[in-house]
Amino acid sequence: MGNAIDILLVLLVLTDLVLLGSSRLRNAIRIVALQGLALGLLPLLAHGRGRLWPAILLGAGSAVLKGFVFPALLRRALRETRASREIEPFVGYIASLLLGVGALALSFGFGARLPLPWAAPSPWMVPAGLFSVWTGLFLIVARRKAITQVLGYVVMENGIFALGMVLVEAMPLLVELGVLLDIFVAVFVMGIIVFHINREFDHIDSDQLEALREGAP
Amino acid sequence: MLHPVLAVLVAPLLPGVINRTKAYFAGRQGPPLLQAYCDLAKLFRKGATYSRTTTWIFRAGPIVNFACLLAALAVLPLGRVAAPLPFAGDWILLAYLLGLGRFCTVIAALDTGSSFEGMGASREVQFAAFAEPALLVGLAALARRAQELSLTPMYAGLSGAEWAQAMPMLAMVATGFFVLYLAENCRIPVDDPNTHLELTMIHEAMVLDHGSVDFGFVQWGAALKLWVLGALLVGLFPSAPADRPLANLAVGLGWMLALAVATGVAESSMARIRLLRVPQLLVGAGVLCALGLLLGFR
Repeated sequence: MGNAIDILLVLLVLTDLVLLGSSRLRNAIRIVALQGLALGLLPLLAHGRGRLWPAILLGAGSAVLKGFVFPALLRRALRETRASREIEPFVGYIASLLLGVGALALSFGFGARLPLPWAAPSPWMVPAGLFSVWTGLFLIVARRKAITQVLGYVVMENGIFALGMVLVEAMPLLVELGVLLDIFVAVFVMGIIVFHINREFDHIDSDQLEALREGAP
Repeated sequence: MLHPVLAVLVAPLLPGVINRTKAYFAGRQGPPLLQAYCDLAKLFRKGATYSRTTTWIFRAGPIVNFACLLAALAVLPLGRVAAPLPFAGDWILLAYLLGLGRFCTVIAALDTGSSFEGMGASREVQFAAFAEPALLVGLAALARRAQELSLTPMYAGLSGAEWAQAMPMLAMVATGFFVLYLAENCRIPVDDPNTHLELTMIHEAMVLDHGSVDFGFVQWGAALKLWVLGALLVGLFPSAPADRPLANLAVGLGWMLALAVATGVAESSMARIRLLRVPQLLVGAGVLCALGLLLGFR
């Protein structure tokens, strides 16, 4: 079992790195979907004794939402905005990758020192989760298109989800399902907002929203 | 001593295997497997012509490059076949020998004063700046994993059980090394060895002015480089039990030929990526190797 969890976590880290280095939005959506599906397997492998059904419910709910519903919503937004790739991000792709390696090293260093209430199912769980949270935040900060920022939000949640698996023994199912519901609503609303931003301004470059503030030229 | 001799003799077979695989995919018959040997025999019989612009640097380039690769074979194991002269820290020597060989090829190209060769040299150096850190990080990951500072014990410790235990880490490093193998040997996603347009060439552009015996050494050196980087990669794959060197040598040779076929398949099924994207590919390889290093720290 341990080995399968390791492979899933490595997959999580690899997909994060691909997201940092890729510019095609359609491809990025597909990768986030793959990440969501892979993470859906995680509760099944990491669940405690006698808690199989909650784990199946949680995994299936998460996989359906992140693997199918979100990508469909985002693809629809992408079709309506006719944006196909990120152009001129604030931080270039090679720089993003190198920063990503630095953050990964920090996550591993931090994950090794973080005191946990009990042992994680895999030693890579905390670093992979932290790195995903970092990647999500980085995508939100360093990319221009609203769709990439929504993807960053989902990736960040994936990281929190992986971190939550450490506490799978303690975390009530209702909390996790509540979080999933929140995210669903958030992505749903953001999909609509992206559409509206696009209709109003003919693009989804969120940095230009600054022009809306008072006193702007 | 068996491995270096085998490497020097068999290396020219690798380009032949790659070309035959590509020909098969293209529906052609392709050149004979031993074509590279015939080319070498032809080149070594020819007389040389040197331009008056060139100096001794131009003549030394191919020979120094070939000598560097021969020296690299002295510290390079093939899977579990030990290298003739292993010592602690030899993996750094290996990286620097490859660097010295490249340096001599580059200054020989610049020595001709041709603008095409200068362009090829500039590209070669630019990509090497990304490829060399990746190689060092990948080797460091293996050294960390094996807790050894010499290539021979680093590779000797890798067994089937090791693969089951450290699969993600070894897979990362192997993928990174495969990209390096393609990039360093001027294979397709980075450079096309068959191209005839100087503007798009990298390695071939640097050796345009070499002829006869010099060009023979360039070709043989290129084949040896395929072998050296290939050995770094195939050494990661499972091999025969450690107490049977001949079986190990045979398995290593088999992996090497399989790698050449895989290269041919990759070249047939892939287009070159844009020159601007090559650094991204190489940084990606470096990132994979770095991930392998980090995964080793558990």
